[in-house]
Amino acid sequence: MSRYVETLPEIRWPEAPKSSYDVVIVGGGGHGLSTAYYLATRHGITSVAVLEADYIASGNTGRNTTIIRANYGIPEAIRFYQHSLEMYQALENETGAEILHQTKGIFWVAHTEMAMRTERARALMNTACGAKTVMVSPLELKELVPQVDLTGGGRYPVLGASHHLEGATARHDRVAWAYAAGASQRGVHVLEHTPVTGLVRDGDRVVGVETPDGPIAAGVVLSAVGGRVTRMAAHAGVRLPVRTHPLHAFVTNDYAQGFGSILASTELACYVSQTERGQMLIGAEFDSQPSYSRQSSFAALRSYSYKITRLLPFLRDLRILRTWAGICDISADYSPIMGATGVDGFLVTTGWGTWGFKAIPAGGEGMAELIATGRPSALIAPFSLDRFRNDHVLADQGSAGTR
Amino acid sequence: MLWLDCPRCGRRPLEEFTFGGERRPTPDGLTDPADRDFDEVWIFENPDGVTTERWFHAAGCRRWLTVRRDTSVDVVVEVR
Repeated sequence: MSRYVETLPEIRWPEAPKSSYDVVIVGGGGHGLSTAYYLATRHGITSVAVLEADYIASGNTGRNTTIIRANYGIPEAIRFYQHSLEMYQALENETGAEILHQTKGIFWVAHTEMAMRTERARALMNTACGAKTVMVSPLELKELVPQVDLTGGGRYPVLGASHHLEGATARHDRVAWAYAAGASQRGVHVLEHTPVTGLVRDGDRVVGVETPDGPIAAGVVLSAVGGRVTRMAAHAGVRLPVRTHPLHAFVTNDYAQGFGSILASTELACYVSQTERGQMLIGAEFDSQPSYSRQSSFAALRSYSYKITRLLPFLRDLRILRTWAGICDISADYSPIMGATGVDGFLVTTGWGTWGFKAIPAGGEGMAELIATGRPSALIAPFSLDRFRNDHVLADQGSAGTR
Repeated sequence: MLWLDCPRCGRRPLEEFTFGGERRPTPDGLTDPADRDFDEVWIFENPDGVTTERWFHAAGCRRWLTVRRDTSVDVVVEVR
């Protein structure tokens, strides 16, 4: 426990915001903070402010199920997430902060022949693009995860699974704190309880942000907003292909026997892992109707519980301890949107839907490079906003843990 | 939001319905046909407030409803 506390790095909070920065990042979640961190460490840009409306990691960064994986279905996504996964593996060394990173391996089980074909294709595509994914038979799965019911409660028989070997989890708020501390120690201003109420425009250009305490000038404004990005972009006159849906998750009381892997089913659209505290953490797909409400719904709990207990009957003996919801920005093609918006001085990193946490290191690194050099790196270039206009959409819904 | 008041079937659980997407006009300000097409295909209004959308009563009367819903609190305002 003492090690846990001692390795919590200190964030240097500024007294007050300056009137002007080179870069203003709206949103103190993982992506905003990691972008600030890499601007300071890789590019020497320290005149940076991260403005957070609430406290840091209070949005989706602190609400997700902390799964880190790269088993996507299209080359652009696999390369990007694999890079992010490798950055996560090195993050404790890089920042000096303990993020409780654990490589566990992820099983994506298939219940139909159709799903088996999808998982085989996923394993091949992953292997081709550098992510480590292999197929396992039901018996191999049973050996590695003894708790699984291969009959799926008589309703969802397990025909096999893809095993993503490097799948991992990390403690989400510690990731945000590691980046915030690293950035603030290099002079970045991390400002909590500083909502951005509008953008300052000079002609077509965005030149700053409005806050309740007055405007702050900026060379570049990056929206790393989660949830209310549609409204933020509208301040700049940008319309986004993004809908906002709630996603619910819950934890149970402790499961003493231990559950070392992460288990997911794309057909049931739910996933389960064990937290460091021993609680079972269960999430599923987002609500079908858009909403900004973060209220947990009984309907969601009932449906997730029903589905996940088919696969892991032991969960029936546990109790739901705590439940919460986050609001996800789901882009039209289920891939993130990073880069220019067509408005000078205004960039976005958004559309992080249910796949944002795993991308925090690579997303921040990519956005920092784009801000510093003016050019997107090869890894993030495919995820530009203009892909929708140029018919280069990155449709990958099947890999997003949704249906 | 757990229930929807179907004008034909009465109050039914939400699981019976399928969400059919928001119904939104393309802005009048967009005059270029390509821009209008792009907006119609890709863009979401995604308001934090009252929005108009379509719901399909899949496990009931199998008719489409037009629902006005407040997305900030996920409460139905009106069903037609």
